[in-house]
Amino acid sequence: MTHAPATAPESTAGAPPGNGGRPARTRRRFREIGVLLAVVLLIAATWLHNPGFLSTQGVRDLFLGATVLVILAIGQSLVLITRNVDLSVGSVLGLSAFGTAALFAALPGLPVPVGMLAGAAIGLLCGLFNGLLVTTVKVPALVVTLGTLYIYRGLDHWWAGGRQINAADLPAGFLQLGRTGLLGIPLPALTAIAVAIAIGVYLSRYSSGRELYAIGSNAEAARLSGIPAGRRVVLAFALNGALAGLAGVLFTARYGTVDSTVGTGMELQVVAAAVVGGVALTGGVGTVFGAVLGGILMTTITAALPIWQIDPFWQQAVVGVLILAAIGLDRLLALRTARRLRGGGARGA
Amino acid sequence: MDPSEVPPPLALVDVTKSFGSVRALRGLSLELRAGEIHALVGENGAGKSTLVKTIAGVHRPDTGQILSDGEPAVFAAPADAQRAGVAVIYQEPTLFPDLSVAENIFIGRQPRARLGTIDRARMRAETAEAFARLGVDIDPDRPANGLSIADQQLVEIAKALTRRARVLIMDEPTAALSGVEAERLFTVARTLRDAGSALLFISHRFDEVFSLCDRITVVRDGAFVSCDPTADLDVDTVVRRMVGREVTSLYPKEEAEHGDVVLEVEALTRTGVFADVSFSVRAGEIVALAGLVGAGRSEVVRAVFGVDRYDAGSVRVAGDPLPAGRPKASIRAGMALVPEDRRHQGLVMEESIGRNATSTRRRVLSRFGLLGARAEHAEARAWGERLNLKYGSLDDAVSTLSGGNQQKVVLAKWLSTEPRVLFIDEPTRGIDVGTKAEVHRLLSTLAGQGLAIVMVSSELPEVLGMADRVLVMHEGRITAELDRAQADEESVMYAATGQRPSEAA
Repeated sequence: MTHAPATAPESTAGAPPGNGGRPARTRRRFREIGVLLAVVLLIAATWLHNPGFLSTQGVRDLFLGATVLVILAIGQSLVLITRNVDLSVGSVLGLSAFGTAALFAALPGLPVPVGMLAGAAIGLLCGLFNGLLVTTVKVPALVVTLGTLYIYRGLDHWWAGGRQINAADLPAGFLQLGRTGLLGIPLPALTAIAVAIAIGVYLSRYSSGRELYAIGSNAEAARLSGIPAGRRVVLAFALNGALAGLAGVLFTARYGTVDSTVGTGMELQVVAAAVVGGVALTGGVGTVFGAVLGGILMTTITAALPIWQIDPFWQQAVVGVLILAAIGLDRLLALRTARRLRGGGARGA
Repeated sequence: MDPSEVPPPLALVDVTKSFGSVRALRGLSLELRAGEIHALVGENGAGKSTLVKTIAGVHRPDTGQILSDGEPAVFAAPADAQRAGVAVIYQEPTLFPDLSVAENIFIGRQPRARLGTIDRARMRAETAEAFARLGVDIDPDRPANGLSIADQQLVEIAKALTRRARVLIMDEPTAALSGVEAERLFTVARTLRDAGSALLFISHRFDEVFSLCDRITVVRDGAFVSCDPTADLDVDTVVRRMVGREVTSLYPKEEAEHGDVVLEVEALTRTGVFADVSFSVRAGEIVALAGLVGAGRSEVVRAVFGVDRYDAGSVRVAGDPLPAGRPKASIRAGMALVPEDRRHQGLVMEESIGRNATSTRRRVLSRFGLLGARAEHAEARAWGERLNLKYGSLDDAVSTLSGGNQQKVVLAKWLSTEPRVLFIDEPTRGIDVGTKAEVHRLLSTLAGQGLAIVMVSSELPEVLGMADRVLVMHEGRITAELDRAQADEESVMYAATGQRPSEAA
């Protein structure tokens, strides 16, 4: 029943015609360059409109404003890439921000790094709990983290008991963190950059990082390939929690005043930042670089709109349009790539 | 090497496995010896895939033992089996669409460079080397997304190659491959055998089994039937053992009265995919679209049906022009399409058998806009009986069925719309001999009742056995139209490779 041709022609294997090259990678790069371009254009235009936007203080504000969202977006990308989502990050940030402040207030002699580590550890525990719930109970992460969103916030309220902790209760060395910097870049922003590099290298260069993509891309195939999917997903959630904790610590260091409502509603902004930066909710796609750019774009818009004297009322609408535009762009690029990749057997015409 | 002295790299002893009330394996034993290609044949649903997954560490046997080099081993997870030197090529490719081809091949075991990072250059080089051995031209850096099924299968094979496995399990690796590619795979398989690997080859193509394998094990209903050296067997014996009865005729083609032309396709063109495709089909006629994988056959069918767009040309059903790109209009006009990839395009795998079988008839079956389970069940049960569907309960997920029975569900779903034209893409891919004959008989009966059938098939015997007329495609064009009397292996093959008989040496 063989249908082998009499002579051996070239394989029917579908390498793209010509030098189809590295379409996916190009696409992704193109995707992020699009966001980068948007950021640069926005900053340049706003600066031309009002040069005060890029004064030393303006730049500092931009950096500080972006720090928290960027760190959260990086963490969220880890989870999104595995085709999960963590909606509890706003509450985790709040819990860790208040926890750190409460710790410093209660133990005035506490060394600053220890207090900061404690904040990150609170986040780590929260993330670990999320991850274990998602992998053992096998309930969609959306539902699990929606639940823990309220649980963590509830804990925060219970701990605070209506209290507010002020800068006066915090050690000066800790508050100084938000003010010192290197070459005009504030320390928190430097931390965000370090986090971006570390997670970026992890995701692209380490096998367990690549396995996160594999899990999000095809969970069944990941299982068959012997990837410890459960452990990797727990790791992604735990890292995300720790980063949310770190963001909480930086929040406290910057503002000095915290109560139990810090970070409320932040989760959707974080997911939005990641999506705008090209991290797909369907898993398997996205980079840290993209998430960072998404976070920067969102904060820059928030900072720029008042300068353009646009009613803050429109700000949310602008963000909404941005999300839809980003998703539209993704879809368009995906279709284009798909067409090019399918070109394999196309020799008919 | 005397096999009695050296323990086989892998053996199963008296393994049983049940899923709920279904006993998939009932005391199966199998010995895979080094330097031997072992064939496993059996009807679909005989437990072959369960056996593969047991060896792969996906399923754990309920009772019985797995012996690795003679020592009892527990494969609790795929990683355990991989550590024992087992590599598996699954029937359905298991790739990561978003990762590059090279990453797909090395996922979970990427070569490391300094600082524990992935050595991408080595990964790429080894991938290219594996592809060179297989004689295929796939860019290691392209994503797996968009690869044809044949190419996906080749990536799976490359994955197994680079694992340098001592035990290689191939579950119908050739189902989607063209003859050349399959032949290359066999060359590689023989090389591995000669290097001392143990191979298990599962296929429904007997010519492959007999030319490649040293030993054939037959299983039926999850139980061992026989294991003999290939030299002592012939096809008839094996088929008899597989089905446990005589298979009368594999291609029960009935003569059917040909009526009026129901489908006319004229100069259909999709730039870069196919060009100038014209044909017509009469009621009661079976027309086969033959050709090599990638010749554009499925694409033509999809365009005619309206799933894909086309750039020029026209389609008419019973004389009326059909709007392009609108499957709903096609269904209303009496067309039905049984797709090539039934798991992704033909069925909703997690949904119940009943729901799947009636999914084209929801509106008809509902009363006052509400769809009752009773109406669905009644309809599904009736079709199940007509098509001789084997199932536990209509509420079971369709994924629990064997390939052949899944295909019947897809057929039920479409036949219940009472179509005038049925497109069926690879009607028996991955389906065992017994069910194959059933599907063929069914198609023949349907044609006898006046249905016009357009069949895409890569299996030449099926094309020659079933079709009244054969259209052969090569690189997006129809290169030959052969009557049943004219069509034979040679004429179809020449047209499929784009040669004239005189040119071929």
